[in-house]
Amino acid sequence: MPSTFDTVANIISETCDIPRETIQPESHAINDLGIDSLDFLDIAFAIDKAFGIKMPLEQWTQEVNDGNATTEQYFQLNNLCTRIDELVAAKGAA
Amino acid sequence: MRLEYFQLIDRIVDLDLAEQTIRTEARVPTASTIFEGHFPGYPLMPGVLLIEAMAQTSGWLVIAVTKFTRMPFFAALKEAKLRSFITPGQTLSLSAKLLHEGSGYAVAKADIRCDGKLACNAEITFRVVDFPNAEFRASMEKMAAILEFPMKALAHG
Repeated sequence: MPSTFDTVANIISETCDIPRETIQPESHAINDLGIDSLDFLDIAFAIDKAFGIKMPLEQWTQEVNDGNATTEQYFQLNNLCTRIDELVAAKGAA
Repeated sequence: MRLEYFQLIDRIVDLDLAEQTIRTEARVPTASTIFEGHFPGYPLMPGVLLIEAMAQTSGWLVIAVTKFTRMPFFAALKEAKLRSFITPGQTLSLSAKLLHEGSGYAVAKADIRCDGKLACNAEITFRVVDFPNAEFRASMEKMAAILEFPMKALAHG
C-alpha cells in the first residue's frame, strides 16, 4: 500500500504535470511547486476521493488569513500528509 | 431561455437531494441576435452557452445541497464534449449529479439531451462561497422562484 506522501505526490504530479521526482516531503505546494488555488481544487478533489475525506480547506485558509497558522502547517507536503492521516483516523474512529 | 439575461434554463423539473441530482429543461429561442452571428444563414446554439446551461443546472444543484446558504461560481471545466448541433427552437433536457462536495468547492457532472439523444456533457468544478451580499442572495431567490426551484424540498432533504 503506498504511503500517504506517495499518493499525494502522485496526485500532484498527474494533476499539475510536475515531474514526480521534484516533489519532496519538504516541498511547499505553493511556494516550491507553484500550485495555484485553482489547481489546488483539482488536487483537493483527488485527495478527498483517494482517502474518503473532506479536507477542511476553508478552515485552513481562514486560519492562515487570520494569522493563526502558517501556510507551511497545511501546504508543506509532509505536514499536509499528517493532516490527511489525522482526517482518515478521525473518520475511522467516528 | 432568456439569452439576453444570461438565463440559460427555463425550469427545474426535478431535484433529488438524496441522490444529489437535478434535472432542468430549456427551450432554445427561435430568434436571437446571437444567431445572426453564429452563424449567418446557419443558426446554431453556441457551445459555450450550452456549457453555461450545464453550469447553471449544476449550480442550482449545489445551491440546493448547501440549503441556499452558499453560492457556487464556475471555476473549471473538464472533459467537455459537444456532440451534436443544437438549433433554434429545440427543447433541451439537462441533468447534473454532484460528484463531490468539498470544502469551498464542488464538482458535478452534467449533460444535455435533445430528443433523447446525448448532445453534450462535461465535468464542472465550482468554487463555493458565502453569498457576497444580501442583494445578490435576494436576486438568486427571485430567480429560484422563476425557475420553480423547490424550496420546500430543502426543508425535508
